Amino acid sequence: MSATDVSGITAADIAEGQELPALRHPVSATTIVLGALASRDWRPMHHDKDFAVERNGVKNIFINTPNNAAWFERYITDWTGPKGRLGRLRFEMKKSVFPGDEMCFSGVVRKLARDSAGCDWADLELTISVDGEVRTTGRARVAIPADPADNPWTRKGERWLP
Amino acid sequence: MSARDSQTGSNATDLPIEAQRMIDTPLYEEPGEFPIELGYVYNTCAAVQNGNPIFWDPAVAEAITGGAIAPPTMMSVWFRPHYWAPGATGERKALQTHFDLKQILDLPEAVVASNEAVFGEPVRPGDRLTTRQIVRSIGPLKQTKLGTGRFWTIDVETTNQHGEWVGTEIYTMLGYRRPEQ
Repeated sequence: MSATDVSGITAADIAEGQELPALRHPVSATTIVLGALASRDWRPMHHDKDFAVERNGVKNIFINTPNNAAWFERYITDWTGPKGRLGRLRFEMKKSVFPGDEMCFSGVVRKLARDSAGCDWADLELTISVDGEVRTTGRARVAIPADPADNPWTRKGERWLP
Repeated sequence: MSARDSQTGSNATDLPIEAQRMIDTPLYEEPGEFPIELGYVYNTCAAVQNGNPIFWDPAVAEAITGGAIAPPTMMSVWFRPHYWAPGATGERKALQTHFDLKQILDLPEAVVASNEAVFGEPVRPGDRLTTRQIVRSIGPLKQTKLGTGRFWTIDVETTNQHGEWVGTEIYTMLGYRRPEQ
């Protein structure tokens, strides 16, 4: 295995209003089933198309909530690098994501602040769109290293205030 | 520590006594029913193509997170019951307080209005986690697009074997009765 890239951003590298790099991912039935089973969500509307159509009244199986969270986490830490530490995540799935959709993740830094324990936080607004239509909106709070020597993962107890 | 950064809605004054007693009372304290292990972590990272080296490279995990951890967003995964287990009967439900409230308040339908997760100590292979459910608020009856119902908020708090706070999921639900019901 080659040396792993552990570089990432620091608080000095980002500014309020800054956009995160977009991420596009084509969704197949496999994408949805992998995500549902990885999150131990056995409900049939995430793997059985007939059930989704007949019982849920939608066109196909669709991405489940905890897998949506996992996608957001991946999107955020792709940007921060491995020292970025997620503190808080909230989202609303306004419309479902189906096989054949291409998810487009976007995000913007709404607020940067250092808390009373000296931890730097970026508050993010997040969106998943398909063909320009917003499917999911979210907000996240992620701790960012102040400098290359800082590591938010070392924080515990009163030094970790998400 | 508290996961809350603001007060949730005030409680309705017309609640049955069983519902009033549930508010701010920790309920259903339960341990996880299977061990935390890296296989689940790899499945999740593979499903979303998450290449974060803290989940794949033991040396990086040691340097940054003091050893292997699970993605924080997997917190609820550790409490989803097996699809089947020996001796199990009937459907196995997470978030039992929610189903209790539906029954007590006589609201047969429900949807998740919003959910938020707040993350504390990372989850590590071998951890033994415990959750408890706490109803934080139950709102007044109101007319919604779906029918007549109430919003309620339930915290699911998770701690580890050291008593450390691992995280809290905050679910806001709308329980309702359809107009024809």
